[in-house]
Amino acid sequence: MSTNTNSDVSTELPKYMQQKNLSIRDTWNAYRAKVRSGDMGSLPAVIGLIILVILFSLANPVFFTPLNFANFFTQAAVVVILAMGLIFVLLLGEIDLSAGVTSGVAGALLAVGLTRWGLEWPVAVAVSLLAGVVIGIFIGFLVAKVGIPSFVVTLALFLAFQGLILVIIGEGGNIRITNQVILAIQNNNMPIWMGWVFYTIVVGGYFLFAYTGRMRRLARGFSATSLNMILIKTGVIALVGFATVYALSLERSVNPELNPLSGVPIIVPIIALLTLVFGFVLDRTSFGRHIYAVGGNVEAARRAGINVSQIRIAVFTICSGTAAFAGIVFASRAASVDPNAGKFIVLNAIAAAVIGGTSLFGGRGRIHDALIGGAVVAVIDNGMGLLGYSAGVKLMITGSVLMLAAGADALSRKRSTGVMR
Amino acid sequence: MTDDSMPILEVRGVTKSFGAVDVLRGIDFAVHTGSVTALVGDNGAGKSTLIKGLAGIQPFDGGTIYFEGKEVDLEDPKHASALGIEVVYQDLALCDNLDIVQNMFLGREMKRGIALDEAHMESRAGETLQSLSVRTMSSLRQKVSSLSGGQRQTVAIARSVLWNNKVVILDEPTAALGVAQTEQVLNLVRRLADNGLGVVIISHNLQDVFQVADYIYVLYLGTMVTRLKTTETNSGEVVEYITGGRKDADAILSGEEVSA
Repeated sequence: MSTNTNSDVSTELPKYMQQKNLSIRDTWNAYRAKVRSGDMGSLPAVIGLIILVILFSLANPVFFTPLNFANFFTQAAVVVILAMGLIFVLLLGEIDLSAGVTSGVAGALLAVGLTRWGLEWPVAVAVSLLAGVVIGIFIGFLVAKVGIPSFVVTLALFLAFQGLILVIIGEGGNIRITNQVILAIQNNNMPIWMGWVFYTIVVGGYFLFAYTGRMRRLARGFSATSLNMILIKTGVIALVGFATVYALSLERSVNPELNPLSGVPIIVPIIALLTLVFGFVLDRTSFGRHIYAVGGNVEAARRAGINVSQIRIAVFTICSGTAAFAGIVFASRAASVDPNAGKFIVLNAIAAAVIGGTSLFGGRGRIHDALIGGAVVAVIDNGMGLLGYSAGVKLMITGSVLMLAAGADALSRKRSTGVMR
Repeated sequence: MTDDSMPILEVRGVTKSFGAVDVLRGIDFAVHTGSVTALVGDNGAGKSTLIKGLAGIQPFDGGTIYFEGKEVDLEDPKHASALGIEVVYQDLALCDNLDIVQNMFLGREMKRGIALDEAHMESRAGETLQSLSVRTMSSLRQKVSSLSGGQRQTVAIARSVLWNNKVVILDEPTAALGVAQTEQVLNLVRRLADNGLGVVIISHNLQDVFQVADYIYVLYLGTMVTRLKTTETNSGEVVEYITGGRKDADAILSGEEVSA
């Protein structure tokens, strides 16, 4: 970093006001500096994911088949959605241990609503989402206004909601879900052509977004990402997306004549949409900016006039609301709701967020961390399952990976505060 | 030693007590546009309490406050902000995980529809830093965690200028800085005043005070013992006032000296 002032010629514009077309090399150097300063983002998770995929593919040929690939998406979906909600809470340096059982409560309400209460599916969905929102406001109130640490509040609810689920479903119950719309979320696929339309929208949308952003910055006389860099990024997305959609468009049924199966699972565009909306909220709105600020330095945020309690309550509401949606998705996949719903999954989701690069200390994390971290968790789960490991071993491995990620997080935080003079 | 121009911010006879302890015992204090006023005093003299009162964080118990000649209330930080009084605190109050632009606009982001208008904010931030002749940063999109102490202080001070504030109060701006960075920050403080702001600087470092200030107010145990023109005094005299070695406090408090 050039803190020296030998460029101190007063006729010259200061460096930060000079327009510069950022080359690929500049972008690369900036990224390297960021990683070196301890902010590794999703890099370790991406590398880990690639290694895991190679290992599992070598160990068991079934792993790298279209059928397993499609299964992988539906397997990962619940953890990813839950992790997205949790990222909001983690960004404040808080935690929500009750997110999993909140999704269980929402799923139970959905099941009971569809069966015993005979509600139409939109009403049942609305009821269960509303329950999530109410739970979130309740947690937020206890944390922000009463001042109970979020760990304690949500640990208490973790226990209480397990009871609540039992009460809602009834003893020994297991409610089957038969509603076709709910089942479609996790069990149906888009037609092949729609998969390609979706692909075109994603790739084209990304390019347009990056390109107009660049043009706007150039028009104002700022440094902007070079066109080449945008093209490279778009190219990577196009390539990976093409491979994915192509693989998912192949016939993957075990018995194609009887039961043909192909197309991108419906859950994929749903998660894409969630990523887009949450990403917009975090990166492009003042609300999102304030979340980062509160997570980075509460006192600074307060002095800047940010209503910290309001942010806390809002964040817990988003988390629990998202958890409720995850509960619906979970119910769709299992086609039933049982009293143990959501008990273990919360740790997987926290692991996903942290593995993806979200810090447990607050202030650092992106919404796509949930996608990458969730993929890692799901690959471990899926791959080890195929290799015949027991659930016990899988839990131990996932736990170790979480510990590893949290350790890396703590060390990188140490490093980045060490760099600070 | 009275100034002809009307002070932009003036307090008369303000008091503040915490329980049985009188921290401010009838303080008179004035800030003029275009000049740097230093506030010095030993620990516990009441500097911070005076500042917190001016910022509206801890409202005064008694006394009157004038802003641009009109009597005003400072019961809430929002009152102070609305008038254009900004305090830059010692512990900086920047978010390490945000970049320079994000910090400068924190809590007052510019928007286009519901989305943030990043480009607009970046250009405003750049112009402001440029107007203060700040040249030490390479990019406005640097995270604050990667900045040096002096650069961080610069960002904090520049933020206070961004909002067309009229009075900027700096609490120990050079406390944790090295020699070169202290120099940079003091130059910046001087430029704030030259740009037409009323600047108050609190400092323990008399060398800094003499370098940058036009007037020096000395607080001693909750009373304003003197107001000196920097050009007409020396640090020996100021130290005597700070340590209570000079006992002309009563004369000044009676109002003959600081009747601005």
